[in-house]
Amino acid sequence: MTFVKPTFRHPKQATNKIGFVKSDYEGTISTLCAGCGHDSISASIVQACYDMSIEPHKLAKISGIGCSSKTPTYFLSNSHGFNSVHGRMPSVTTGANMANKDLIYLGVSGDGDTASIGMGQFVHAVRRNLNMVYIVMNNGCYGLTKGQDSATADFGSIGKSKIPTPFQAIDLAALCLELGGTFVARSFSGDKNQLIPLIKAGISHPGFAFIDCISPCVTFNNNTNSTKSYTFVRDHHEATGTLDYIPPEKEISIDYEGITQVKLHDGSMLNLSKLSPNWNPKDRFSTVKRLAEAKENGQILTGLLYIDTESQDLHTINNTVDIPLNQLKEKDLCPGSKTLEKINEGFR
Amino acid sequence: MKINVVNDFVIRFANVNGSGSASTNNMFAKSIFRMGIPVSPKNIFPSNIQGLPTWFEVRVNENGYLGRRDGVDIMVSLNPQSLVPDIESVNQGGYFIYDSTKKLHSQYIRPDINYVGIPMMQLAMDNFKIPRLQQLFKNVIYLGALCALINIDIDIVKGIIAEQFEKKQKLIPSNYLALDLGFNWVKENLEYPLGITVNTSDKLGNKILVEGNDASALGAVYGGATVIGWYPITPSTSIAGGFENYCKKYRVDKDSGKNKYAVVQAEDELAAMGMVIGASWNGARAFTTTSGPGVSLMSEFIGLAYFAEIPVVLINVQRGGPSTGMPTRTQQPDILSTAYCSHGDTKHPMLFPSNPTECFEMTAESLDLANILQTPVFLMSDLDLGMNYHVTEPFKWDDNKKYNMGKILSAEDLDKLEEWGRYLDVDKDGICYRTIPGTHPSKGSFFTRGTSRDEYAKYTEDGSVYVRVVDRILKKWDTTKKHVPGPEFYQKEYNSQYGLIFFGTTTYSALEAMDIMEAEGIEIDSMRIKSFPFNEQVEDFLTKHDYIFVIEQNRDAQFRSLIINELDINPSKLIPILNYDGMPITAATIINLIEKTNILPFKVEQV
Repeated sequence: MTFVKPTFRHPKQATNKIGFVKSDYEGTISTLCAGCGHDSISASIVQACYDMSIEPHKLAKISGIGCSSKTPTYFLSNSHGFNSVHGRMPSVTTGANMANKDLIYLGVSGDGDTASIGMGQFVHAVRRNLNMVYIVMNNGCYGLTKGQDSATADFGSIGKSKIPTPFQAIDLAALCLELGGTFVARSFSGDKNQLIPLIKAGISHPGFAFIDCISPCVTFNNNTNSTKSYTFVRDHHEATGTLDYIPPEKEISIDYEGITQVKLHDGSMLNLSKLSPNWNPKDRFSTVKRLAEAKENGQILTGLLYIDTESQDLHTINNTVDIPLNQLKEKDLCPGSKTLEKINEGFR
Repeated sequence: MKINVVNDFVIRFANVNGSGSASTNNMFAKSIFRMGIPVSPKNIFPSNIQGLPTWFEVRVNENGYLGRRDGVDIMVSLNPQSLVPDIESVNQGGYFIYDSTKKLHSQYIRPDINYVGIPMMQLAMDNFKIPRLQQLFKNVIYLGALCALINIDIDIVKGIIAEQFEKKQKLIPSNYLALDLGFNWVKENLEYPLGITVNTSDKLGNKILVEGNDASALGAVYGGATVIGWYPITPSTSIAGGFENYCKKYRVDKDSGKNKYAVVQAEDELAAMGMVIGASWNGARAFTTTSGPGVSLMSEFIGLAYFAEIPVVLINVQRGGPSTGMPTRTQQPDILSTAYCSHGDTKHPMLFPSNPTECFEMTAESLDLANILQTPVFLMSDLDLGMNYHVTEPFKWDDNKKYNMGKILSAEDLDKLEEWGRYLDVDKDGICYRTIPGTHPSKGSFFTRGTSRDEYAKYTEDGSVYVRVVDRILKKWDTTKKHVPGPEFYQKEYNSQYGLIFFGTTTYSALEAMDIMEAEGIEIDSMRIKSFPFNEQVEDFLTKHDYIFVIEQNRDAQFRSLIINELDINPSKLIPILNYDGMPITAATIINLIEKTNILPFKVEQV
C-alpha cells in the first residue's frame, strides 16, 4: 500500500464555477482498510463540495476520535481541520461556529463517537439547531479498537464477537427527529447518487443537518449476519425516494406528479420524489411513523427523512451581529474608560 | 461587661436561607462602606435554596484590615435552628441581638454577654399583612434597629434602599416604614447606642465595594471576550451571568440591535471547554468559568488545548474539595490539579488575583496571555474572592490598549511567506505562528490534532520528531515566565533570614499578620506570588531566605509542593502554614501556626 498520492493532474481537468479542479477538494491518501465505506463518504463529500463550488477555506471540517474521525484528512486539504477528542466534536464545532458564522461547518463522527461517548453533546447540538452538517459514518462497531459492538449495532446482529448483540440499538436518525432536528437523513455509503445530493442539501440547510450514513466496516463487521454489512444493507435499504439538489442559480421548474419541491433559504431547491404515499418529509409525525414502520418491517429507510425549512439556527436565536465575532475589534467590544468610571461609581 | 469600640468589630447575622436576608445584610455592609469605613462582608451560606442556616459576617475595621477575624462582637440572631452555637460564638462582653417576639428561655442566658431583645416579628405582623412580606420586612426592621444601636446614618441606608428599588419605586415606602419601625422601637424602648458603634471616617478614598466574580465578568467584557461556553456551578456561576448582563448593556449594536457576543450555556463542563477551544481556534477571544469539579471534567480537553496549542481562558473559582466537597465554602485546593491538569506532560500558566481589582485586570490580561502563549491560562480565584463583596481600588482602563491576539498570520502575511508550518519555531521563543480558518483560499490550512505531529502539523509517530515538538513547547514555558506578572514584595530589600509567601485571598490576612509581627519587632520578608510559572525573582527570594513560611488554604500544602517541584528547593526550608476549614484564613491563625513551628526565635503575643 502506498501512502503517497500522485500529484500529477491532467492539464485540461475540468474546473468548477470558481476555477477549482476536483483534486483541489481531495485530501491525503486514505489509510483506512481497502473497501471501507468511509472512503466512499469522503469521495461524496469531495464531489458535493466541488459541485457546489465551495471555496475550500470557507469550510471547516471537525471530527472526534475513531476511524470515521480520521477521514477529514482524506478530503478537503485546503480547508482547516480539527481532529478533537472522543465524542466532543459537537462542542468544538459550536464554539467555532459562534466565533465565525460565515464558514460552513462539516462535522464528521462515528457511531461510537456519537451514540456512546458523545451522545450528550450530539443531542444538545441538535437542540440548539447549530448550523452545521453532521455526518455519522455508522458501521455498528468500534473499528479502530478492533471491532467491539457499538450502541448502533442492531439487536441480534452478529459482529466480530460472533455473539448476537443483546442490547437494543440506538437509532440516531429517529433520536434526532425526536429532539426536534430540522434536517434528518439516512443514507448508505454505497449509494453516492443519494448521498451526494443529501450532503449538498445539508450544506444549504441553515441549521443542523444530520446524515446518519450506514458505512460498513469491511474488516470487523461485514459478516452475513451483521445488519451493517454491505450485503444486508443492499438487500434491506429502502429509499424513501430520489432526491435532486438544484443549486440556487439554476431555475428548473418541475411540475409532475409525485415530486415534492422544497426551497431552501439560500435559493437552492430540493426535488424529492417520494416512493412512500403516506409520508410527508415536512411533517415530523409522518416521518416518525414511517421510520417505526420500516423498523418493524426490517427495512433500513434511507433518503431525506425530514426537513424544516423555517427553523432558526443558534445565531438567529442568540441574535448575534452579522459580522463574525472573530472580526470584531476594540472599538466594537470595549466600553471604554469613561463608561468604566460610571460603572465604578455604581460600586460606591 | 460591655465591649466598647468604635469602627473595629465583627458582626454576624444568623439567618435562615431563602428568607431574603442576604440583600438586607449587604445593605448593612454597604451603609458602613458609605460612611467611609473599611468593611469586609462574608456570606457563609449553605448549598441549599430554602430553610437551612446561613450566616453573614461583617468585619468593620478602621485600619483597613479586610481579612476575616475570629470571634463575634455582635450577633444578630434570626434563626432558632442555630441559636445555641450562635450564643456560644459571641465574645465576652459582646452583644446578642434577638427577636423577642417570643421570650428567650433562661437556659440560653449567658451572664458574660449582653442581650438586646427586639420584637421584630411582632412589629412585622402588626404592620404588614402578607406573610412573605412580614418575613422580608423583619429583615429591614433589624437593619433599622441596628441604625439606632450602632449609630449607622439612617439616611445613608434610605439612599441605598432607594437605589436598590429604583425600578420598583412602589416598594420604597414600605421599606422605609420597616426601617423606621426598627429604628424607632429601639429609640423608644432601649438604651442606645451600644458600646460598639460606627463613626463616619475617610479611610476609603475612591475605593469601590464589589464582588470578585462581578469584576471578572467586567474584565472579560473589557478584555474583548466574545464567546463564553459555561455550565452552572457554585461559586463561578455569577461570572457567566455577570458577563451576559454587562454584554446586554454594553455589547449590543446600536443600529441593528444585535449582540456582539455569544453566551452558550453548555450541557456540561466538557462541552463548555470544547466551545471555548472551538471559538479560540477560530480566532475569537473566548473563555469559560467553573470550579474544581468542572476543571476535573474539562481536563481531557485542557490537554488537547495544551498540546494542539489553542488559547483557552478558564476562571477557576475554587471551592472546598475533594469531590463535591464543601461547595459553598472557600479554599485554594486546586493548585496542583490545575498546574498539571490533564494526562501526559502538561503544565499551565496560572494567575492569582487577590482582590476584585486584580480579578478585573487579570481576566482581561489572561485573554491576551492565552492568545500570546497559545495555551490554556487559568485565573485562580476562590469563593471568598468571587462571591463576597470586597473594598478595592476602582477599575481602570487604558483606552489606547489593543487586544493582543498573538502570532496570527493574515492573508497578506501568507502571500509573502515562502514556507509556513504551524509548529515551526521561527522566532525561537517556542511560540509558533497560527492561522485562522477562512483566512486564505489556498495557503495556511492545516490539521489541528491532539495526536503527535511534526512542525508542519502532519501526523507522526516518529519519536525524535515528537521529542522535538514537546521540547519546543517546554521552551514556550520559559518564554511564559517573561509574560506572566512577577511577584509583589513588601520590603525594599531583604532584611531577614525568614520569609513569608502567600497568594490570592490569603493576602488580606497575611498583610495583617505582617503588621502584627512588625509591631512586635519581628522582621520577616514577604512575597506575594501573582502567577505560575515562577520567575527569577521568586527563585531569588527562595534562595536568599533560610526559612520560608508558605501560607495557603488547603490541607496538603499544594503551593509549597509546586515550588519544590518546579524550583528544586530544599523542602525543609519551606514551612507549610495551612488553613482548610472552608472559612477564609485569619491573621490570628497565621500567627498562631507560625508560633507553633517554633522556628522564629521570638514570641508573638497571642492574638
